Amino acid sequence: MHNPIDIAARATPRPVARRLRGLSDRAIAWIFVAPTIFLLLAINIFPLIWTIRLSFTNYAANRPNREVEWVGLRNYSRILTDADTWANMQSTAHFLIWTITFQVVIGFTLAWLINRKFKGNDLLTTLIVLPMMLSPAVVGNFWTFLYQPQIGLVNYAVEAVAGIPASSFSMLGPGGWARWAIVIVDTWMWTPFVMLICLAGLRSIPDYIYEAAEVDRASKWRQFWTITLPMALPFLMLAVLFRGIENFKMFDMVTLLTGGGPGNETLLTSIDLKREAFEKWRTGYASAYAIILFVTVFGLASIYVKALNKVKER
Amino acid sequence: MTAFFSGLLRLRRGPWEMLATILIALGVFMLMQPFFLWAFTWSFLVTLVGTVMFIITSHFPE
Repeated sequence: MHNPIDIAARATPRPVARRLRGLSDRAIAWIFVAPTIFLLLAINIFPLIWTIRLSFTNYAANRPNREVEWVGLRNYSRILTDADTWANMQSTAHFLIWTITFQVVIGFTLAWLINRKFKGNDLLTTLIVLPMMLSPAVVGNFWTFLYQPQIGLVNYAVEAVAGIPASSFSMLGPGGWARWAIVIVDTWMWTPFVMLICLAGLRSIPDYIYEAAEVDRASKWRQFWTITLPMALPFLMLAVLFRGIENFKMFDMVTLLTGGGPGNETLLTSIDLKREAFEKWRTGYASAYAIILFVTVFGLASIYVKALNKVKER
Repeated sequence: MTAFFSGLLRLRRGPWEMLATILIALGVFMLMQPFFLWAFTWSFLVTLVGTVMFIITSHFPE
């Protein structure tokens, strides 16, 4: 009689209870899911369809009263024949390839080293993940100071190690170092994220597999290649997927560090897209640009998820 | 190779997904490579065809 379910059932107003009793489980499930689906349609799907529509027009958001012309594929053709956009794609590719390579190698190595029992393990893990917890705005600002040719610690460290005068070069200025400067900062900030995912993968490997390998007299090197790496691979691939998508749309940190400069050396596609949309106010052109980037990321993510599923099935 | 082409003819998922994957990878490479502007120009079309093909062929029977 005092069962909580009975109490709740008695507390339900009678007309509501009668109406719900007449519904199937499937209908009740739809009632619960409907708000989420509605929000998804309103926030994701509708803007996507609207952006596709705008990409075929010359719409400018700062001139809403101007007559909108249907321009067909002109925006796409302009973007895909523009040498500057091509150069920006190459900057983005440089940023993507190197950040992911460094983060995977360093992140996995750190996870492998930390996945042993030693004193201060927890404290060390906390210290390593600190950069990941900072805001990209904060990271962008303080690395700008670290890279200062006059007062920056990085230049002094280079002088101490390589003997190159600290004030003779600028990591964020002309000279070809800016592309590497943003790679270093992103690697510093996001390697802990990759490390955490790899650590979860390494900790999920049961000890008895290693014990069986020890019994079979397998060397540590062989254990790493035949047990550790294959079993941690799905986690590693997941980390690469997350970082790949995030870095493809990298904006805040690079804007604060270099603003796309010097010249257009670090002008990533997302920064270029923002300039086209909200500085030059070419909304139709920017929409086409966004659709090109969306299809690229969507296509890459599709094949990547397929590869991930195959690895998990093994 | 024969099995691949026979799978394509019989509309099987494996070979068609493989073809779509190759197209997407080729399209992304064309988009970001630093060698030929014409490859950059055609990259979006290749990626789009591959992506649409991938979505459709993932519903094909095994």
